[in-house]
Amino acid sequence: MAEPVLEIRDLRKSFGALKATDGVSLDLMPGEIHALIGPNGAGKSTLIHQISGSIPPDSGTIRFLGRDMAGLDMAARAKLGLGRSFQISSLAPEFSALRNVMLAVQARQGSSFRFFRPVKGDRSLAGPALAMLERVGLAARANTPAAELSHGERRQLEIAIALALGPKAFLLDEPMAGMGPEGSKSLTKFLDGLRRQAPILLVEHDMDAVFALADRISVLVYGRIVATGTVDEIRNDPEVRRAYLGEAA
Amino acid sequence: MSAVVSREAVVNTLLALLLLAVPIAASAAGEPFYVTLATRIAVLALAAVGLNIALGLGGLVSFGHAAFFGLGGYAAGILATHAFNAEPLFFGLPGTTSMPVIWLVAILVCGLVALPIGAISLRTTGVYFIMITLAFAQMIYYFAVSWPAYGGEDGLSIYVRNAFPGVNTAQPLPYFLLCYGVLMLVLLLFWLIGGSRFGTALQAARQNPVRLAAVGIAPFRIRLVAFVLSAMVTGLAGALFADLNRFVSPSMLSWHMSGELIVLIILGGKGRLFGPLAGAMLYVLFEYALGGITERWQFFLGLILLGVVLFARGGLLGLLAGKARHG
Repeated sequence: MAEPVLEIRDLRKSFGALKATDGVSLDLMPGEIHALIGPNGAGKSTLIHQISGSIPPDSGTIRFLGRDMAGLDMAARAKLGLGRSFQISSLAPEFSALRNVMLAVQARQGSSFRFFRPVKGDRSLAGPALAMLERVGLAARANTPAAELSHGERRQLEIAIALALGPKAFLLDEPMAGMGPEGSKSLTKFLDGLRRQAPILLVEHDMDAVFALADRISVLVYGRIVATGTVDEIRNDPEVRRAYLGEAA
Repeated sequence: MSAVVSREAVVNTLLALLLLAVPIAASAAGEPFYVTLATRIAVLALAAVGLNIALGLGGLVSFGHAAFFGLGGYAAGILATHAFNAEPLFFGLPGTTSMPVIWLVAILVCGLVALPIGAISLRTTGVYFIMITLAFAQMIYYFAVSWPAYGGEDGLSIYVRNAFPGVNTAQPLPYFLLCYGVLMLVLLLFWLIGGSRFGTALQAARQNPVRLAAVGIAPFRIRLVAFVLSAMVTGLAGALFADLNRFVSPSMLSWHMSGELIVLIILGGKGRLFGPLAGAMLYVLFEYALGGITERWQFFLGLILLGVVLFARGGLLGLLAGKARHG
């Protein structure tokens, strides 16, 4: 069996008496989309923050490409190839869509300590950046400041930035959030193709998207993973139905 | 990328030409006072361009840049004093009255001092960053006040303005032109930096540090380099300011000075290339015009500042050239 790209073992994080992450173990295998679902307050965001490096866990390990991530900050983890999108769009609002993606291309190329050569007209930045915007269907809005993009367009821009990093794994935090049915449908199709590039750990509330995309689903309730399995196994798991899916399933 | 020249470029050019034309005309008309006034504008603008790297591009509200302004000033004063008295400095090194050497020393000293100050201060953000930079600057201020070797509270006179090869710096107009040349050169560097990879990362750190970290660039290092560069430019301005007044005193290091530099940037337009120059023009003109009428001119400056902050966020350049656009 192949080595997992991302390997989480017995991760724990408490805020006072609240056990936000209570012994979570989770694998992300090459080529798969592993969906993480759970009701509000289950600890999905806390888990994502620990993986991406913005919150340190109390105990447990996170290994990425076989490497222990303890002590590495968000920038270092991103540099190793952990491409992240945010639940609430997190962009440089004054920059155009293109320059937002160019920032990611620049980061991937390495040095940001170049002081004189203008980035405008730097084809090694603009070329790949524009290609990413084309892939997510945002090329027509390349020169629009991120602050002036619609909600859906910002979600697309988030994906384009994550793509431009050329990551070894994607960490997508509710990419469908606030998107209309049309937008969700086209993004679902897009993510389906993306797994060939790198595996995706997908946190998502949109169950249609999760059932359409996921190779495996893990269900998080009160900081614990109560079940992991294929779409069918999860759909039919009595504990999951009781804890989470309820009458909706 | 458009071929059309932007309104901001036109405004900038006009400001640059205005600052050049007035002292030349004043000098021809035998009014050296106005040349000195214009030199003051150019040097204060230069100091504020330095701060604008940290504050305007990086969003780092340093309330301690007087430290670098004053250190640059003392570099000029101390080196000139040693040269004048023919006393060696430490390690037997001689003093100097050569401006290029003095500037280099001022820039290096400020960079070396800014490195630890930045490394500590940049672990904080917001109001804590403002307070900690203020605290460092005040430490240096009180050190200068209490150190008798270089005049302590009374300051230090530079008996003859330092020399620059090929320029008669003792005359007001050549000295103005020298300062103007340095200002334009540094503005060119600021413009280049703002549009470079480093400038992109720095502006992203201001707009959204989490985004910057998420693409794999640690905001801390970017900010630290910006803080050091910013201090170096302000230090250079300090050396020019000391030579302009032929005098350096702890007041150059005081928190009033730090505040003044921030005011210049707010008045002119935060983060704009020519914001510091526009701000320095307004400030010095107010100081001159209102100061002639009342000793309480700063009260009226306060009212104007209030107006800018409430109604014209982009400062003078925002009014003249419209909203800032990033590529």
